[in-house]
Amino acid sequence: MNNVIEIKGLTKIYNSSEIKVKAVDGIDINFKEGEFTAVVGPSGSGKTTFLNMLGGLDRPTEGEVIIGGVDVWKLSSRKLIDFRMNNIGFVFQSYNLIPVLTAGENVEFIMQLQGRPKKEREVRTKELLEAVGIGDRIKSRPSKLSGGQQQRVAVARALASKPEFILADEPTANLDSAATVGLLELMSQMNKKFNTTFIFATHDQRVMDKARRIVTIEDGKILKDEYFERE
Amino acid sequence: MKNIIIAWRNLWRKPWRTVITSGSIFFGVLLSAFMTSLQYGTYETIIDNVVKFYSGYMQVFTEEYHENKTINNTFILSDTLKSIIENENDLTHYTSRLEYFSLASSNEITKGSIIIGVDPEGENKVTGLKKWVKEGSYLNNDNQGVLVAIDLAKYLKVGVGDSIVLYGQGFHGVMAAGIYPVAGILDFPSPELNKQFIYMTLEASQELFSAPNRLTSIVLMVEDNYKLPSALKHLKKEIKDPMMVMSWQELQPELVQMIDGDKAGGTFIKSLLYIIITFGILGTILMMVSERKRELGVMIAIGMQRAKLSTILFFETLFIGFIGTTAGIAVSIPITYWYYMNPVPITGDAAKAMTDMGIEPFMYFSVQPDVYYFQALIILLITMMISVYPIIKSFTLNLTSALRA
Repeated sequence: MNNVIEIKGLTKIYNSSEIKVKAVDGIDINFKEGEFTAVVGPSGSGKTTFLNMLGGLDRPTEGEVIIGGVDVWKLSSRKLIDFRMNNIGFVFQSYNLIPVLTAGENVEFIMQLQGRPKKEREVRTKELLEAVGIGDRIKSRPSKLSGGQQQRVAVARALASKPEFILADEPTANLDSAATVGLLELMSQMNKKFNTTFIFATHDQRVMDKARRIVTIEDGKILKDEYFERE
Repeated sequence: MKNIIIAWRNLWRKPWRTVITSGSIFFGVLLSAFMTSLQYGTYETIIDNVVKFYSGYMQVFTEEYHENKTINNTFILSDTLKSIIENENDLTHYTSRLEYFSLASSNEITKGSIIIGVDPEGENKVTGLKKWVKEGSYLNNDNQGVLVAIDLAKYLKVGVGDSIVLYGQGFHGVMAAGIYPVAGILDFPSPELNKQFIYMTLEASQELFSAPNRLTSIVLMVEDNYKLPSALKHLKKEIKDPMMVMSWQELQPELVQMIDGDKAGGTFIKSLLYIIITFGILGTILMMVSERKRELGVMIAIGMQRAKLSTILFFETLFIGFIGTTAGIAVSIPITYWYYMNPVPITGDAAKAMTDMGIEPFMYFSVQPDVYYFQALIILLITMMISVYPIIKSFTLNLTSALRA
């Protein structure tokens, strides 16, 4: 399988007033198409910073993030936003749906930013919400949905732009047990159905149990990179 | 379109905040429109009174007469000047005058007075002179009767049917003298005019001062003050030396200064009002931006360009201003219109003072469009200024810290 993401010497140094903190320390790693990867590590290990740099949200101090042959951090700010929109899906810990838009509109919104035709947007929105199991809540605003339902909408939104891969930062942290199991099952299905690469930052054991690759980070460095056979 | 929908919906996430902010704009606009309407109404009334009472909107005279008001600086109305005046579309009426000083005597009493020779019909159209006749009858081209202002008549101890002798200097030093029957008594609202004015027909005055066909001025009227600038500009171009045309503002600069002084006071109060409104809107916008920092970060993260995001925030600011302004103007129009149709009467000493100045004792309101659209323009300007903050914020938002917020 092809490499979707190639990371070379990725480093992030935070300069506080007195000390320099190396949050990510020269990481080299590749991710292949269709992988279902958990990036794990204790709090402060650098996994969120790693994910943010990978997702074009936080500029690295050094190193390269090459996605589909494009060195993302060499793009202009404007082009980087467009690149994120077309290539990366995000699922955040706190769902982060746009509160004034309905579930359907939240999913459709990104396609609208991409300039896709209305008909296509409507069909795909319906398909995605049905795929994540909340097709009947298409007209509900986020405040009327449970945490689990909101995270399902977030997954549908992340998939809407047909991205190369989805970055999920602690997606289960605010969910109860049943919702977590449901969400993981959903993401696993989406991974298989659309062959979309999923990369999670997590310390949730249930996520790790589902992941086919686990990358352990500690002190900003990769400690372990393991592959597992899962059903 | 979606940006506008998002902006509109964002406003109603906290309905009370939007209502309170728009409400403050509403009351600001209402109060400001009411004040402006009253101010403009008062000015319009003062101008109307001054203009229609005596001076007219414009006057034509010789340059020498403007410098030195003697009967020797009078002029004869030429065909060219007459045609310029009659061809000016914005003019509604015009009338000719011959004014000069004379002594007025009755039996043993003599007093200095101002003699004004007028075309009875033309003067009545321009200044409504006839309505000030308290006793007797109005001027008539067929007889020699004069109108004497009431206080002067009392001083001279003359009434309708009595005679007065006018004695003075005429054109080029010729002696001017004549005896005239009192046809009527004039009672002006202004005590100054009541002390010294005598009106007679133009022909009679030209004969008295031995100045046949000569005039001191021609008084020109337009429909209202808003029509004045274009007519004045055109006439100033057409009327050439040695004649000149002047507006009421040029003839009475002290009145213009008084109005400008009053306007400055009003502007100061309205400025305070708008400063308060500005801080009200700014506070709301600051809150709206700061409490949605993470949401704004998410929008940029998933692919919304910062410029588009700033458009949403700009529309939110604009909508708040629009709601308050529209409501304020919508309510202020019927209120000011009602007062425009039903001016508020003033009583007591203030009423007397106004009457003495020749102004009817009422609070007048104006319904000129600029009373309202000026408020909308100010609010638009304020919201534009305030919207700079969210626009800057959307361009400078740190994505990672916004997503952590």
